[in-house]
Amino acid sequence: MKKLCSKVALSVAVVALTSGMAGAAAKGVSDNVVKIGVLTDMSGVYSTLGGKGTQVGVEMAVKDFGGKVLGKPIQVIGADHQNKADIASAKAREWFDNEKVDMITGLLNSGCALAVQKLGGEKKKITMNTGAASTALTNDACTPYGIHYVYDTYALGKVTAEAVVPAGGKSWYFLTADYAFGHSLEANTAKFVTKLGGKILGSVRHPLSTADFSSYLLQAQASGAQIIGLANAGGDTTNAIKQAREFGIDKKGQKLVGLLIFDTDIKSLGLNVAQGMQFTSGFYWDRDKGTRDFAKRFYAIHKAMPTMDQAGAYSATMNYLKAIKAAGTDDPDAVMAKLKSMDISDFFAVNGKIRADGRMVHDMYLMEVKKPSESKGEWDLLKIVKTVPAADAFMPLSESTCSLVKK
Amino acid sequence: MELSFQMVMSQVMLGLNNGVFYAILSLGLAVIFGLLNIVNFAHGALYMLGAYVALLGFTSLGPLIGMPDFHLNYWAALIVAPLVVGAVGIVIEKTMLSRLYKFDHLYGLLLTFGLALIIQGVFTNFFNVSGDPYDAKPEILGGAVNLGFMMFPKYRLWVIVISLLVCFGTWFVIERTKLGSYLRAGTENPELVKAFGVNVPLMITLTYGYGVALAAFAGVLAAPIYSVSPVMGSEMIITVFAVVVIGGMGSIMGSIVTGLLLGMVEGFTKVVYAPASSTVIFLIMVLVLLVKPAGLFGRES
Amino acid sequence: MNKILWKILVILGLAAPFIVYPVFMMKLLCFALFASAFNLLLGYAGLLSFGHAAFFGGASYVTGYLVKNSGLTPELGILGGTLFAALLGYLVGSLAIRRQGIYFAMVTLALAQIVYFIALKAPFTGGEDGLQGIPRGRLFGMLDLGQIYSIGGSPVALNLYYFIFALFCLGFWIIYRTINSPFGQVLKAIRENEPRAVSLGYKVERFKLMAFVISAALAGMAGSMKSLVFQLASLTDVSWHTSGEVVLMTLLGGVGTVLGPLVGAFTVVTLQSELSSVGSWITVIIGVTFVVCVLLFRRGFVGELGRLLKKSL
Repeated sequence: MKKLCSKVALSVAVVALTSGMAGAAAKGVSDNVVKIGVLTDMSGVYSTLGGKGTQVGVEMAVKDFGGKVLGKPIQVIGADHQNKADIASAKAREWFDNEKVDMITGLLNSGCALAVQKLGGEKKKITMNTGAASTALTNDACTPYGIHYVYDTYALGKVTAEAVVPAGGKSWYFLTADYAFGHSLEANTAKFVTKLGGKILGSVRHPLSTADFSSYLLQAQASGAQIIGLANAGGDTTNAIKQAREFGIDKKGQKLVGLLIFDTDIKSLGLNVAQGMQFTSGFYWDRDKGTRDFAKRFYAIHKAMPTMDQAGAYSATMNYLKAIKAAGTDDPDAVMAKLKSMDISDFFAVNGKIRADGRMVHDMYLMEVKKPSESKGEWDLLKIVKTVPAADAFMPLSESTCSLVKK
Repeated sequence: MELSFQMVMSQVMLGLNNGVFYAILSLGLAVIFGLLNIVNFAHGALYMLGAYVALLGFTSLGPLIGMPDFHLNYWAALIVAPLVVGAVGIVIEKTMLSRLYKFDHLYGLLLTFGLALIIQGVFTNFFNVSGDPYDAKPEILGGAVNLGFMMFPKYRLWVIVISLLVCFGTWFVIERTKLGSYLRAGTENPELVKAFGVNVPLMITLTYGYGVALAAFAGVLAAPIYSVSPVMGSEMIITVFAVVVIGGMGSIMGSIVTGLLLGMVEGFTKVVYAPASSTVIFLIMVLVLLVKPAGLFGRES
Repeated sequence: MNKILWKILVILGLAAPFIVYPVFMMKLLCFALFASAFNLLLGYAGLLSFGHAAFFGGASYVTGYLVKNSGLTPELGILGGTLFAALLGYLVGSLAIRRQGIYFAMVTLALAQIVYFIALKAPFTGGEDGLQGIPRGRLFGMLDLGQIYSIGGSPVALNLYYFIFALFCLGFWIIYRTINSPFGQVLKAIRENEPRAVSLGYKVERFKLMAFVISAALAGMAGSMKSLVFQLASLTDVSWHTSGEVVLMTLLGGVGTVLGPLVGAFTVVTLQSELSSVGSWITVIIGVTFVVCVLLFRRGFVGELGRLLKKSL
């Protein structure tokens, strides 16, 4: 049977070869439609901070843009990557190959983000990452078609360390989520803590979605560090904070610092538990009139205020469509050239610019959780303590190891 | 990490805390296995279900029955959740499992595997996978006790005490009472027990119900410590399976003791070499299989 | 077995990339081989392993590592993955066949879990991110498997497809020959009546172990193929859900039938891809299929069909 197999295989292969390899160089809009894929965590640990809300953001942007670009309709499709790199890459491959998706946004997990961005690089498709944090996306793993839009572990670590260390938080112990994102967040934060004269006493790594942090917290406690840095996200962060209170860790003078916190996390912790915590964010809905207007419209659809991922997805989509219009085509090379040359400025991004390595730099904010007495409403959770200018928040281009950066 | 006495004791204490969950769950599996000869793969899902009954009873039951101020409190949940889940178990046994007794026992395993997927899948669709907090912990169990070597939350202490009571209570009933002797006889020779006028099918149904009720009880106990999430059971069940294999299936005392011991071993490993803590139970399982294939407390068949 | 049927299947397989989405087709071939390898153990030796993902996923990591980090050609990578799975199968099998029935299932499950933890923790597996960006490489250093041809406007990696298809045929042929060899007859005898096989002088344990190793090796080959197709080896492939899925495929198609696992894999993979829009409801649907299958038709599609036609398929 094998013989038969290979014999027929050969002949069919020959037919395939001679049937020709058609190359498609497009002007205008390819396939007569611009298709945007929202690939994100729709059901897992991060679904409240991204999930359907991210798709809502993208759909709002398409609607605000008028539903058409260069006279062709814009379509949005969504899927759940379940935080699994294999599912993300299989879905993205199918979208690129079969569904003619032109751009993928969302990607709420570093593993998924790296896989999809790499695939996008191979298939010449734009990926605008709003969810994942790993700096690898704009360093070793950068591609000519990959944009990292909202935040990264460098900015999170730097801004937070610069706030905490000078205020007396000199010795640190990390609880780190054991995957690319956690490692990257820990490394970046540790770098700035030591640079500012602080000390790292140790770290412990926990699996993604850990239910019981007690033994890790005890190790952190035993280290005697002043600051317990939480290099994790979503449910892991909130669980760790809650259990630290259960064991009375905060009462003994040790302070927990969440390195990546979203509004929705604060919401689930409650102000009582979270008050006074400082962290870094790329967006807060109650910053100015523009953000409030957007947030109000978003809330009407999604019944929750937008997180930085969700607002970022709106902004990314909007600017992508603007770039198509300006370039007069949805050809990825032309659109990328446009995106990298234009100013990114809207309610979300202040002083925004997309650099050669794909990093979108914009102002970042040091946030503090309000006391319950300061809060005037269900979503009145945070105040902006400090605005960090784009140039100070992100990794300088000169430090990037991305091959696209000319040195 | 230094190997201080304090550190070891703290982690072993936390290990015991985990161990009581292993003990209750593997006890439930052992009870079911003893009489039905099936491995209940849905055990983890029913443990999760128990936690959700407590959570929903506290947050959503009131509004649902038109009494927004009604909250099913923690103590009531400890009784209600096992009853509800036990009833679910009885339905499962009556409508599905009972059809399979005449076939290979492996079909029971496969059926309950499918059920586990269904229950977990349904909850994943309606609830947050990262977990929802259960805030009904009674005041009296709040705060922490100073054990000398550590501050230990009162609630966790309560969990250890009540779980041990339930485990040993179950052991006592099965090994030392007349009801238990029927059960044991039913395991050995159902035909003979039937001849004595005992309703064996009913006994089987109730046993399954009791086994899964134990899982639900553990679920309620776990709710205030961990977040209540749709995957809380599936993360636990594989480890519990290993516990059961180590202890020897079907042995009541074996499952309790092995559960407690392995919890503590796991806690101890966290101090010595943390990365191995999630694997240590499986490594022990390999060793036990090499030396005593029937498990520590099992009989060679 | 009907020769015409085989010819039709082979021709369908050869024409497939021109008709359906080739990545889907390749995924199908990987899982069909995986299920067939699993069926060899369950259907012909009567051993239910609940840990076959360890071989499938373990081999995909090994192949990925060999091709990506050691720069081996794809055929050597797949050979490496297959050999690894065979070795792992020998270790797991030696331990597991000491027990029977349900115990066997649980022991394999727990041992597979160790492999899962290793995949999660070991420095070369990429942890939660998996092993990404595995190159497809050049077959024997010559034929570029990544070569893309345009068929009806869609990009198709035709070389890779036929390579995968050829491997599938090879794997399936090995299984077919094993089943119909004297060795396969002894396995069936053991399944039907173990004490009798012992009394006839067969070293039952050695036969079981041998079947286990062959099954593990071929499951590994399927996993190795998958890592080339998706250019990724991930935790999903070694998780117990995958072990459960292959049981379902086999059960649904028909345990102990040659064609059953193919039909089962086709059904499950199609379900997953067609229903991917319903998100996590897919777990529920898989669960319901399991329950219905166990309660109503334990023979599976092909088994029931065979009963109707009074023929062994």
